[in-house]
Amino acid sequence: MKRRGMDLSLAGYSAPQIQKIERRLFLKQGLSLGALALLSGCALTEDESVQRVLWGMSRWNDGVQAWLFDPNKVAPEYPETAVTKPFPFNAYYREAEVREVDPNSYRLELAGLISDAKPWTLPELYALPQTSQITRHICVEGWSAIGKWGGVRFRTFLERIGADLGAKYVGFRCTDDYYTSIDMATALHPQTLLAFNYADQILPPKYGFPMKLRVPTKLGFKNPKHIRAIFVTNAYPGGYWEDQGYNWFSGS
Amino acid sequence: MKAVPHDRSAEWIRIHPLAVRITHWINALAVLIMVASGWRIYNASPLFDFTIPDELTLGGWLAGALQWHFAAMWLLAANGLVYVVYGIVSGHFRRKFFPIRPRAVLHDVLDALRGKLAHEDLSVYNAAQRAAYLAVIVVLIVLVFSGLAIWQPVQLQELAALMGGYEGARLVHFFAMAFMVLIVVAHVLMVILVPRTFPTMISGRARRKS
Repeated sequence: MKRRGMDLSLAGYSAPQIQKIERRLFLKQGLSLGALALLSGCALTEDESVQRVLWGMSRWNDGVQAWLFDPNKVAPEYPETAVTKPFPFNAYYREAEVREVDPNSYRLELAGLISDAKPWTLPELYALPQTSQITRHICVEGWSAIGKWGGVRFRTFLERIGADLGAKYVGFRCTDDYYTSIDMATALHPQTLLAFNYADQILPPKYGFPMKLRVPTKLGFKNPKHIRAIFVTNAYPGGYWEDQGYNWFSGS
Repeated sequence: MKAVPHDRSAEWIRIHPLAVRITHWINALAVLIMVASGWRIYNASPLFDFTIPDELTLGGWLAGALQWHFAAMWLLAANGLVYVVYGIVSGHFRRKFFPIRPRAVLHDVLDALRGKLAHEDLSVYNAAQRAAYLAVIVVLIVLVFSGLAIWQPVQLQELAALMGGYEGARLVHFFAMAFMVLIVVAHVLMVILVPRTFPTMISGRARRKS
C-alpha cells in the first residue's frame, strides 16, 4: 500500500481510525521537520554556499540603497526638547575602556585622492564654518536616540582639502582601532557633519573626542568616533562591523 | 471518506491552482525565514520585557539574522506580488474569498472553536477561512511596508510618518508579526485537525466525496 511513502499497512482499520493514524503521523512528521529546521538553523547559516548567497544579497542591497539614496532628501530634525537624555553610549567595547586623546598633540591625517593632504590641528578644524543639527541616531540593533551635534559640513571639509569628489569611497581610521567607510554621495550630503560638539559642548570622550562623523542618513555604526585619519579611495575599504557581516551601505 | 484508497470510481477534483500552490510554499519558506531571523533582530534591542529563545531564531547573531532578513524580504515581496497580481487578474480572489459576510465569519469561527466546523468540499473556503486568508494577505502587506519604513526611515520618511515615524513603524512591524504568527498557528492547527487538506496543497486535487 502506497501512502506518502510510508511502509505501513492500514488494512483492517476503520475509516476514523485511519484518520486518527494519519493525523498522528502528520503531526509527528511536521514536528520532526520543524525540529530539523530549527536545529540546522545555525549549521545552515555557516554553510559556505549559503554564506555566499547571503553576502551576495547584502552587496545587492548596497546597490539598491545607493539607488534609493536621494542626495537632496534630509533626515527629519527635531526641537531641543526631543533630545534623548542621557544619550546612550555605544561602541564595540565598554564605556570604561573609552580611549583618551590628547588635544595638543592630536593631528587629523589625510590620505588617498586628496590634493592637499597636510595634517590638521584641532584649532584649525574648529576655525572652519560650523553648523549643528538635532537628528535621530538609529542603531543597527533597533534602538534609536535623538541628539544634537555640531561641526563642519563634511562636504565643505572635503572641498577644502581638495578631495576627489568623483571617487567612490571615503574611509575612516580611529584612535580606538575602529574603522569604517561610506559612499561619496553620502559624504557630500548636506547633513553629513564632521562633528566636534555634542549638545553645544566639546565632544566628550564617550561620544568620540576629538571628532566623529555624524551621518543621519546612515545607521549608527557608520558614524565613526575618535577619527584620526580620513582617506579618499576607489578601492572598497570595508569596515570593522561590515567585514563581519553587517551591511556596508546601511542607509536609513 | 472512503477507507479503500484504490477505489477507481472515485473522481479527482481540482482544489488549488498551480500558481497558488507554488506561491503558498515559497511564501511559507519566506515567512519562516523572516520570522525566525526577525526574532533574532528583535532580541538585539527588545521592544518589550521579553526575548525570544535563541534556539527558535535564525542567523546565529545579529549580523547573520539581518543578512537572512534582508535576503528573504525580496523572496517574500516578489512572491507576494506574483500571488496578488495572479489573484486579481485570474479572478481567484473574487471566486474564492468573496462574498465575505461578517456574520458568517463569526458563525464559522465559533463553530471552528467548538470543533464543529464542517469542511466537506475542500474547493470552497468557509467564511472563517476567507477571513483568515484575506487577513494574512493584508497583514503581510502591512509587514512589508512597515519593514520598508524601518529599513529606510529617511529615504522613505513619508511612509514612516504614516506609522508615527521610525519607532512607530517598529511597533507596527512587531504587532503585525504577532498577528500573523497567530493566524499561522491557527492555520497549522486546522491542517492537523483536517489532514486531508495537506496533500491538496501539494497535488492540487482531492477525491470527490461519494
